[in-house]
Amino acid sequence: MKAVPDLVEEIELTPDETDIDREYLKFVLSEWDAQALEEALLLKDASGAEVVAVGLASDPDIDQALYTALAKGADAAVKLSGGPEDATATGVRAALLAGYLAAEPADLVITGVQAADDIDGQLPPMLAAHLGQPHVSVVIAVEAADGGVLVRQEFAGGRTHQLRVTTPAVIGVQAARQAPRYAPITRIRQAMAAGGLREVTAEPAAASAAPVVRRMYRPEQTSHAQMLTGSADEVAEAIAGLLRDRGLVKG
Amino acid sequence: MSPMNVMVLAEHTGKQISEGTYELIGAARDLAAALGGQVEVALFGPRDLAAQLGAADRVLSVDHPALAEYLPQAYEVALTAVLAERSPRLLLMANGTPGLDLGAAVAVGWQAPLAAYVTGLAVDGGTVVATSAILGGKVLAELELPGERGVATVVGGAFGAEAGQADAVPEVTEVSPPAGLDQLAMSLAEVTEPQGGDVDITTADLLVSVGRGIESKDNVELVQDLGDALGVPLSASRPVVDAGWLPKTRQVGKSGLKVKPRAYLAFGISGAPEHLEGMRDADLIIACNTDPGAPIFDVAHYGTTVDLFDLVPALTDKLS
Ligand SMILES: Cc1cc2nc3c(=O)[nH]c(=O)nc-3n(C[C@H](O)[C@H](O)[C@H](O)COP(=O)(O)OP(=O)(O)OC[C@H]3O[C@@H](n4cnc5c(N)ncnc54)[C@H](O)[C@@H]3O)c2cc1C
Repeated sequence: MKAVPDLVEEIELTPDETDIDREYLKFVLSEWDAQALEEALLLKDASGAEVVAVGLASDPDIDQALYTALAKGADAAVKLSGGPEDATATGVRAALLAGYLAAEPADLVITGVQAADDIDGQLPPMLAAHLGQPHVSVVIAVEAADGGVLVRQEFAGGRTHQLRVTTPAVIGVQAARQAPRYAPITRIRQAMAAGGLREVTAEPAAASAAPVVRRMYRPEQTSHAQMLTGSADEVAEAIAGLLRDRGLVKG
Repeated sequence: MSPMNVMVLAEHTGKQISEGTYELIGAARDLAAALGGQVEVALFGPRDLAAQLGAADRVLSVDHPALAEYLPQAYEVALTAVLAERSPRLLLMANGTPGLDLGAAVAVGWQAPLAAYVTGLAVDGGTVVATSAILGGKVLAELELPGERGVATVVGGAFGAEAGQADAVPEVTEVSPPAGLDQLAMSLAEVTEPQGGDVDITTADLLVSVGRGIESKDNVELVQDLGDALGVPLSASRPVVDAGWLPKTRQVGKSGLKVKPRAYLAFGISGAPEHLEGMRDADLIIACNTDPGAPIFDVAHYGTTVDLFDLVPALTDKLS
């Protein structure tokens, strides 16, 4: 699981403009990791899998995400350290997770198809390459099957393939079969009070080649929308006018 | 010195090369010209599809039963073999299912850096520089892909498709299928085509589209009232569909439908690249989003930061 900046917030850059300034940002669990956790819990509900939620200790607010996973039904939560302080790059994360999984292997790794900030590639295929395991990403269903899993992979326009995959394997989840379950705040508090995070230090695998960030900047708004201001009623009138002018509404 | 060719991985459905592939070939043409190399397209599966790849200098064809349909591991084995044989300077993949699925694995295996979510590519004094749109398009990162090789997964719509199409017959080089294709840890069980819908949002003149800003299934009715008043169907961003608030047939975007209505009204949609891919060509885009920095305003013609819960009922009133 990865904590990513909440995109509702204004994103600031560091003074040298080669990274985003994380100091004052609010972080949330990457939405695709929330989907991945749900799919793992559905697999547990259906076939009794043991679910271990894993987060990186260097991620802001990761405790909250891990306790929430426990409150939702994960059997254990691991807070992983051992990598560099700045572990936002997918390559760095994949190397650390590969080190952890070499020491504590899993039958199946399920993680989000992408994170909004992974500039150097997505975790599922990168981790699988480190582990030498098969992988399938952009997945919308995972079910246990003889000797492995049946997964549904999605393509443009909603076409899907069902694949039979031998485990161990790595799966990148696009969407779980149902919307992520809700964890009542009381249960999250109970999980926090019980303090069940297991702190693990792993030896990172050798890192892979990475791109070099020259600079970051905010997109120039080349063609920004003309903004309609005023009360809701005034804006509604303006929009109705635009639609009427084009003959898209009667009257 | 190693070759300075640019390789493109072709995406297809077995019969038709994807639009995204042509966008990549178009981008590859410019890069290859700047690098003094050629454009090679890796085509897996039916060899006759090479006829649709006229803008390539060379098509590298691997045909094998395991490649009849896209299968992650089979594609990875074939792509790894082709890369080893041809050693291009750069590999371009579409940031669709194959790019998200294979890109980073192939990059690790090939020991090449990867740039994701790429919307721009250039050669600057011999170095390949990619522009990557991260954080839902809120930040652009300029990335160097130093060394002798690199991979870029390119966002759909970032380059035009026209430059990647030509009425020519490319040279086809057959690459023998690697042995790994006979020992895969996965197999294809079933292909499912999307079901036809209750309504066809791709033919509507006007679409009222709703995003996660609507917050709940009950609230969708508010927007439905507006759709009813206008006599048009509701469309949606992906999270609304994933949550089960509207059927899959209403989803606009990369993994949904591409729409080009005369007007597209977006309520509570942030404008993530995957959504923009499906609607940016609409004649008129009007967006309502309380966040003035939402990327949707970069493609919209008109915008407002009025709360959708105030605006939608007001608009329904005016149009009923
Ligand atoms: C492989 C892949 C394929 C994908 N395919 C698609 C696809 O086909 N289609 C698609 O849409 N997405 C797709 N996505 C998902 C995409 O990345 C985004 O997550 C998604 O588009 C976000 O949807 P949204 O804009 O509705 O939600 P958010 O990004 O959460 O935006 C909600 C917006 O609502 C605004 N808002 C909140 N409250 C109000 C209010 N009261 N009034 C007005 N505005 C408000 C907020 O400011 C925010 O900007 C895909 C992702 C992947 C990885």
